[in-house]
Amino acid sequence: MAFLEVKGLEAFYGHTQALHGLDFELEEGGITTILGANGAGKTTTLRSICGMVRNNGSITFDGNSLIGKATENIVRLGIAHVPEGRGTFVRITTEENLRLGAYTIKGAKNIADAMDRVYNYFPRLKERRNQQAGTLSGGEQQMLAVGRALMLRPRLMLLDEPSFGLAPLIVKELFEILRSINNDEKVSMLLVEQNATLALNLADHAYLLETGRVVMSGTSEDISSDEAVRQSYLGY
Amino acid sequence: MVADVNTSSAGRRAIPENPANNLAIAGIRLPVWNKILIAILLVVAVIAPFFLEDFDVFQMTYALVFAMAILGLNLLTGFNGQFSLGHSAFFGIGAYTTAMMMAHWEVAFYWTIIPAGIVCLVAGFLFGLPALRLEGLYLALATFALATAMPQILKYHAWEDLTGGVQGLDLDKPESPFPDTLSDDQYLYFIVLVVAIILFICAWNLVRGRTGRAMIAIRDNPIAAQTMGVNNAVYKSLTFGVSALYTGIAGSMSAIIIQFVAPDSFTFLLAVTFLVGLVVGGVASIPGAIFGGFFVLLIPNISEAVADMTGRTDAKGLSWAVYGLFLIITVYVMPSGAAGLVRLLVGKLARRG
Amino acid sequence: MEYFLQQTLSGLANGAIYACVALAVVMIYQAIDHFNFAQGEMAMFSTFIAWQMMQWGMPFWLVFPVCVVISFAGGVVIERVIFGPIHNAPVLSHVIVFIALFSIFNSLAGFIWEFTIKPFPSPFPEKDVLGTNLIAMHELGMIGITLVMLVMIYLFFRFTPIGLAMRAAAANPVSARLVGISVKWMLSLGWGLAAAIGAVAGMLIAPMVYLEPNMMLGILLYGFAGAVVGGLTSPGGAVAGGFLVGVAENLAGAYVIGSELKLTFALVLIVGVLLLRPAGLFGRVVVNRV
Repeated sequence: MAFLEVKGLEAFYGHTQALHGLDFELEEGGITTILGANGAGKTTTLRSICGMVRNNGSITFDGNSLIGKATENIVRLGIAHVPEGRGTFVRITTEENLRLGAYTIKGAKNIADAMDRVYNYFPRLKERRNQQAGTLSGGEQQMLAVGRALMLRPRLMLLDEPSFGLAPLIVKELFEILRSINNDEKVSMLLVEQNATLALNLADHAYLLETGRVVMSGTSEDISSDEAVRQSYLGY
Repeated sequence: MVADVNTSSAGRRAIPENPANNLAIAGIRLPVWNKILIAILLVVAVIAPFFLEDFDVFQMTYALVFAMAILGLNLLTGFNGQFSLGHSAFFGIGAYTTAMMMAHWEVAFYWTIIPAGIVCLVAGFLFGLPALRLEGLYLALATFALATAMPQILKYHAWEDLTGGVQGLDLDKPESPFPDTLSDDQYLYFIVLVVAIILFICAWNLVRGRTGRAMIAIRDNPIAAQTMGVNNAVYKSLTFGVSALYTGIAGSMSAIIIQFVAPDSFTFLLAVTFLVGLVVGGVASIPGAIFGGFFVLLIPNISEAVADMTGRTDAKGLSWAVYGLFLIITVYVMPSGAAGLVRLLVGKLARRG
Repeated sequence: MEYFLQQTLSGLANGAIYACVALAVVMIYQAIDHFNFAQGEMAMFSTFIAWQMMQWGMPFWLVFPVCVVISFAGGVVIERVIFGPIHNAPVLSHVIVFIALFSIFNSLAGFIWEFTIKPFPSPFPEKDVLGTNLIAMHELGMIGITLVMLVMIYLFFRFTPIGLAMRAAAANPVSARLVGISVKWMLSLGWGLAAAIGAVAGMLIAPMVYLEPNMMLGILLYGFAGAVVGGLTSPGGAVAGGFLVGVAENLAGAYVIGSELKLTFALVLIVGVLLLRPAGLFGRVVVNRV
């Protein structure tokens, strides 16, 4: 069985159905990306995994069914969600944000280690450790969101449009750090992106979503070389 | 499970409801049933006092007074979406206006009712004016403060000569002009019944007309209402004034039928009583107010029965606990109140037939 | 001058109680965006429980912590049982349930312990403080206990992981869940703390106002006034606001309006501040998105 296995996933906002029977898998240690236009259901997919929307179907993570579990308990299994909009706790400091990320981790030493690792990846956050998090720049807040997710020593990271609203140079830096986190920490990643070029570069597998359904899947190379995808999503 | 008690939450729905539909919900949908029901109620209301003891007639009279006060609160909360925990204050102002006119200037009781209403209209409008800036919860807080402070204001020594201070004022009991056919209590009952019928008809027309549509539109989606050309500020403070007028007239009637006013009759707990009647009777339901009026009057009897079972004689306090329980139960299982329950039953019967 | 000092100090003592109530109100307001209209009655009920334990012969300083713990548990249970299920219900439902709790506690206290006023013992000796009659020993004790409690609460929120998690859950529940915080338990904890703080306020004020079911209504109003003056978004501001309205109440009572209109003074304060400076002295301006 795959590390993360989603079968027949349906999700609803009120009476509106947003996902219509989604199937996909993710291998341990890999990076998988979900591509699609606005409203295709990418964010909803991540939210479903975390139990944040009403859903049906089956989601299995490392042998545990996630359906019907409360968000906080899903997180405790080692799934860290870097949400759309970054979810910064704006009124407290950068370091307190990171401390919150380690809420499920026991032991002062473990927390200090995790903090060092995050500061190692993101030295900028260390400079800003005592600054109120709401005053950080967009790029810094995105780094903080990834850092906060990393604090809980996740086995799977869900990344919701990490490039959104950031300058190209910062995006490049961020994605390089994501690659090294994937390499060094053995964290699997499920990446949702509108910027398909960027996502296909980082990921090894890709799924293409249209109006709540998977319409194509394969390795990143296969998807990138597909004529239709190139025209609609990659723009060349 | 917990459905919409707050009608103003409708504002959060994406598509604002058609006010006409709301009104159909507010009343019973079937006009024929409706007319028969009203006719039966009226006949019972007219005949009943001739078969009852004076004390029971007095109880019915008082239930009607509560119904009017609850109707006033319902116009504000149910149809306009503004909260008030302070309607006891307007009830008190109405009662004191009547009492002072009768005690000091010897005005006949029937001439005091309209002035009491107008005083409350102005008081409500003036309180509603700043309250406009206070959305939802803050208005609840401000009116809570008003209700809490009211007894103290009524007791204040500077106007003790007028209000009678802590002692309050004693009034003469109005005498029946036809002592052979109507007892004094029956006479008062019919006076109150007539006033109540007038107020209910006015309310019915108000919420069905243009003004009512504007009130409901503000409740359901204030921003959309504004963009459609409804002047929210004017309507909200006017609704507050009209609501206070209704409750003030009820207060005036209460002074007449009890022949006594005192500051500690108009505490926050009285405002709670109105809220209970509103919620149990049904938010945004005009007939619900009648049910609510009788309900809050009967509860003390029920709680006395409960107290008897525990061997206690002083059940005075317990009725508030019963009120509280009913409030919670209503919020959890019967969010549309008694009126909603009746609609449900009538609807089922109609579908079967 | 001595009279002025006396009034100010006794205002500070009352202010300590208002500060506690204001803090309890703001804690719940920050967590669920609602005013706990039953806060005063919960505190009153806690105080009756303390009184009952003392009637059974337990000494004050044993009753005090036991009552705080019982109140804490009571607060948790109320949140879990009553407010948990209606968490997403509209504002009116919440107001109704708060009012229902108000009536139930008020009425039950009267039913169990009767409406007659009861003396409540002060744990502090009845002698002059340092040879002056500027402030009574009990008033000094009230200020002292309140300050100790406030410092403890500050340290708890500032330096413990649970305190940090509670702040996070109130500020941003979605993100809080995503780091594994159980927001509903944080809410319950907040209710427990608010109930416990209320119990302390009730036990401290009862020797001065006598114990009876309606004793907290005016105090709750002043607690609200303190919270509004200090700013509903700022716990520290609410505490400062509580002390401030305590002093203002006493000075206004002594020099301007007399003791008859104290509640009216609170009404004017609440409406005035809400109208002129809705964020209070220390709060943030909250912009409502449409």
